[in-house]
Amino acid sequence: MKLSREFIVYAALVVVVMLLPALDVYPVFVMKVLCYALFASAFNLLIGFTGLLSFGHAAFLGGAAYAAGHALKVWGVPTEAGLLIGLVAGALLGLVMGALAIRRSGIYFSMITLALAQMLFFVFLQANFTGGEDGLQSVPRGTLLGFINLEDDLTLYYVVLGIFVLSFLLIFRTVHSPFGQVLKAIRENEARATSLGYDTARFKLLAFVLSAALAGLAGATKTLVLGFATLTDAHWSTSGLVILMVLMGGMGTMLGPILGAFIVVALENKVGDIGMFLGKATGIAWFNGLGEAVTVVIGLIFVVCVMSFRRGIIGELDAWWSRRRAARSTAVARSAQASAE
Amino acid sequence: MTELFGIPLSALLSQLLLGLVNGSFYAMLSLGLAVIFGLLNVINFAHGALYMMGAIFAWMGLTYFGINYWAMLIIAPLLVGVFGMVLERLLLRHLYKLDHLYGLLLTFGLTLLIEGFFRSFYGVSGLPYQVPDALQGATNLGFMIMPNYRGWVVVASLAVCLATWYVIERTKLGALLRAGTENAKLTEAFGVNVPLMVTLTYGFGVALAAFAGVLAAPILQVQPLMGSNLIIVVFAVVVIGGMGSILGSILTGLGLGVIEGFTKVFYPEASATVVFLIMAIVLLIRPAGLFGKER
Repeated sequence: MKLSREFIVYAALVVVVMLLPALDVYPVFVMKVLCYALFASAFNLLIGFTGLLSFGHAAFLGGAAYAAGHALKVWGVPTEAGLLIGLVAGALLGLVMGALAIRRSGIYFSMITLALAQMLFFVFLQANFTGGEDGLQSVPRGTLLGFINLEDDLTLYYVVLGIFVLSFLLIFRTVHSPFGQVLKAIRENEARATSLGYDTARFKLLAFVLSAALAGLAGATKTLVLGFATLTDAHWSTSGLVILMVLMGGMGTMLGPILGAFIVVALENKVGDIGMFLGKATGIAWFNGLGEAVTVVIGLIFVVCVMSFRRGIIGELDAWWSRRRAARSTAVARSAQASAE
Repeated sequence: MTELFGIPLSALLSQLLLGLVNGSFYAMLSLGLAVIFGLLNVINFAHGALYMMGAIFAWMGLTYFGINYWAMLIIAPLLVGVFGMVLERLLLRHLYKLDHLYGLLLTFGLTLLIEGFFRSFYGVSGLPYQVPDALQGATNLGFMIMPNYRGWVVVASLAVCLATWYVIERTKLGALLRAGTENAKLTEAFGVNVPLMVTLTYGFGVALAAFAGVLAAPILQVQPLMGSNLIIVVFAVVVIGGMGSILGSILTGLGLGVIEGFTKVFYPEASATVVFLIMAIVLLIRPAGLFGKER
């Protein structure tokens, strides 16, 4: 019963997103949100359901963005092959980075993923195929399955939505599978999971590779949408951004990363306007430059989330909802008891 | 001219010195990280931003108030140390009971905040800072020409690192600190004011970073983002060395700086990545780090 209600919420959301272009919402903006939502959901698979804080997920987004962009532009492969190449690139990078990083746990795991991602950043900076500081520009979208022309924004819109929904279902299925239960056991108490006979290192590596592959798919899709891949995708600040998305939306919830991705992407686009408004309203000139200083706003949200909002928006809503239900059921029980007496 | 591996010895030695200079920054920063981590169990991502604050304070002191380098070498670490203690009291303190990851996330957010704040005033172009008069020029050592300032950086950082080592390993204060690191509850039961010690330790650790920042001001570009790339390399240094030993941190920092310097001579393309490569190799061979204890 509960599952079906959950599915109704998801289905309603998909329908709303399908109708957005008809409501004059800019499709490229929504596609960008969807790409980051997929990225954040993939990241959440690790932090939310396995308890591993990777500080290097930008490497998978960026690496796959370059791989897919290079394949589409230079090799001229069909679009679906380009996306697949991005996915595989993410998975391979994840396999190497994950195999190294899971040799340490906790805080060291985060530092190692950050350092390895930074190494890849320098590799991308120097390598020829990435175009260095300019990035990989004007990547063609091509045609899907040979007959669906993706140059049209609206067509691509539904393709991206399809990719997102399928990936989301895969994550949903993973989290609710026996494999997902083992991951949660590792998150709660790794030593106990080991003592129950689970090879936790292998489970962690598998989760890491899956997360990296999906992050890669997000990166490849993003290249397709925007038509370019740049160093920003692989920079550590992007790794920080995806952490913020999941933290703000709610770690370990299904909808949290999506909401977080929406808020962060919207904020990045709109923070300049908000600053202008505040500057005009308060007369403090510093606010006018707020668009230049998005990092200040992002950093502030980070601090607020960590200090007082650790469950994230969806997590807090969930907690509020179950508190209310608990209160109501005790009230019902009490009145039943009273009438029985 | 003497040559080694087809490279003039003097060029090799000057790269060695440059490597030592970078290595002393790694050493001071990783030392501060290790001391803080030992007592607070927090990996201080903001270390790079506070190092940057030290450098920018030095520049601001000279530019706005005419305070010279030598005075700022004391004042900037004090200011940053006080700032750090305020951060510890107001924010970090509330996270000790939680998962260690939250400390990392909080300090990451603080990094963005601090960097973004300074960026909104100074942009990202470097602010010029002169080498102080007393250390201008170079000395001919016979086998190489040594720029005086670089020599000073290595000597000053080594002195500070060794003084830190002495205080922690050989004095009563250090013994209390080590006791707190080993078992905070028990130390408190013996009547030591551990919360105060924690605050002071954090202040000291970040003051060390600010000291490194002032030292770096005349030779590296003073700009708001100077700390964030450095801190990631320092994380790799910490993973390589392990955070168990003070001398280990100093040696690993210096050693990696030297290796990086030599890489610049023999294979410049890899100079940005060599520390990370070494980290990967160390993880394969000795996951706990060179001086670390398996936990």
